[in-house]
Amino acid sequence: MKRQESGKNTVSLSRDYALRDPGWVQWTCIGLTLGFIALMLLLPLAVVFTEAFRRGIQVYLAAITEPDARAAIRLTLVAAGIAVPLNTVFGVAAAWCIARFRFPGRNVLVALIDLPFSVSPVVAGLLFVLLFGSGGLLAALTRWTGLQILFAVLGIVLATMFVTLPFVARELISLMQEQGEEEELAAMMLGASGLQIFWRVTLPNIKWGLLYGMILCNARAMGEFGAVSVVSGHIRGVTNTLPLHVEILFNEYNFAASFAAASLLTLLALVTLVIKSLIEIRERRKMDAASVES
Amino acid sequence: MKRFRFNRFGLLPGFGLTLGITLSFLGLLVLLPFTALTLRTLQISPEKFWEILASPRITSSFRLTFLTALVAAFINAAFGFLVAWTLTRYSFPGRRVVDAVIDLPFALPTAVSGIALTALYAPNGWLGHFLAKLGIQVAYTPAGIVLALVFIGFPFVVRTLQPAIADLEDEYEEAAASLGANRWQTFIRVIFPAVLPALLTGTTMAFARALGEYGSIVFISGNMPYRTEILPLLIITRLEQFDYAGATVLAVAMLAASFTLLVITNLIQGRITRYAQESMK
Repeated sequence: MKRQESGKNTVSLSRDYALRDPGWVQWTCIGLTLGFIALMLLLPLAVVFTEAFRRGIQVYLAAITEPDARAAIRLTLVAAGIAVPLNTVFGVAAAWCIARFRFPGRNVLVALIDLPFSVSPVVAGLLFVLLFGSGGLLAALTRWTGLQILFAVLGIVLATMFVTLPFVARELISLMQEQGEEEELAAMMLGASGLQIFWRVTLPNIKWGLLYGMILCNARAMGEFGAVSVVSGHIRGVTNTLPLHVEILFNEYNFAASFAAASLLTLLALVTLVIKSLIEIRERRKMDAASVES
Repeated sequence: MKRFRFNRFGLLPGFGLTLGITLSFLGLLVLLPFTALTLRTLQISPEKFWEILASPRITSSFRLTFLTALVAAFINAAFGFLVAWTLTRYSFPGRRVVDAVIDLPFALPTAVSGIALTALYAPNGWLGHFLAKLGIQVAYTPAGIVLALVFIGFPFVVRTLQPAIADLEDEYEEAAASLGANRWQTFIRVIFPAVLPALLTGTTMAFARALGEYGSIVFISGNMPYRTEILPLLIITRLEQFDYAGATVLAVAMLAASFTLLVITNLIQGRITRYAQESMK
């Protein structure tokens, strides 16, 4: 921070000289960075929207409102609508028992929660195929109950939940460990019940971290491709999520429609980034204010 | 007066309930599927296991997946460092915006990145047709795979390096300068060693992600056996043929690779923490 401020003013202190890179180095680095970002990030964004509208707004609107696209959007919303709230419940519960208690096996639990992040999405999908597919551990469950899991909505929800499991939990565990339990203990001493402590003390303290974890979880849930692709069976209009719809149209050389569907997912990503940045800016202001006070 | 019943693991209420919820989720979503994988693996005889792994199509896929991930890791380390350094050390108009869009590859669904990169670099694409005139083909070659891996990997490096660079104390650089080091010497001898653990962690994370990546690659790679067929795609091919044994063997091999990397990352992180604790003393 100090250095950035001094960059704007003329350099007068010799102290500054020791920390400053020569002007040409700065400008080369900034130029290369901007070039890299433009080429790697902005150009792909531009491609999505240009290709989506290439054949005009009519074609675009038709592409995102035709029945298969609508079914794909609906399924994506349903899958995320189930996976995100459930993983939020999991995340809050996991953070509560891990950040507030010391018990044997706690580190194993943390490792298990992080596990889905280090598994390839395709392997994640495969795990559920092996579990419910023919000869699998729970294949009998499917047979007895007649409950279709693979190549059905349930399988998609399970695979989505697996890949997005760590998002909320990870965010909340570190946040709650950082905050400590003093305020909750104080509430308990004043006679608050467990639920009162959670609603009145914990939740207000963690609400931004919770929102942060949830929007990242949601972005991944709606955009998951590999895991869902393995369990879905690609049945058009039935088990196609929006990312799978994008794939099918692209492989059929229906580029305008494919990019139209992709543009919806890109908008979702951009909205996610904006909300994420807003939360981070808020967090930074709070920290700056706290450091001024102390 | 209400009597408090203290749990022996902590003071607050709700331990049993929250642990119960956590264990049921983990049991259903993580332990059960991994048990299924273990049982399937045990059904395959070791001879069969090696026979599947050693088939030429699979070994060439292994080589491709690891080599492209490795090349991408080096590019990510270089550009990730450059971007992280520029964003933390220099001020320029639009810095905040650039900082915010770094996370785009995390937020953008992989299928979308895949088709966008393909549209850019295909021989008739936006950039591809310029490159084609120069005789360079990116899409449908290993170079296209590397490109996709750089796209999804470099934010890992940037995001791990940024706090490390920001936490560097001015004093060390001042001391180096006062002892007569020029800026380049200070960078090589003082700054770089201090941020090296973070650079390694970020690069390993990007590498691990690259090994398992699927969505952003399948469109741009062209998926030609022996040439541009990555491991996750091979798993999908096996599954489509209902060859569960083949898919299982590949998955186990991939999991072994990513756990090894996870251990390496943890070791590096352990060293960082130890360094930090020692320097606090």
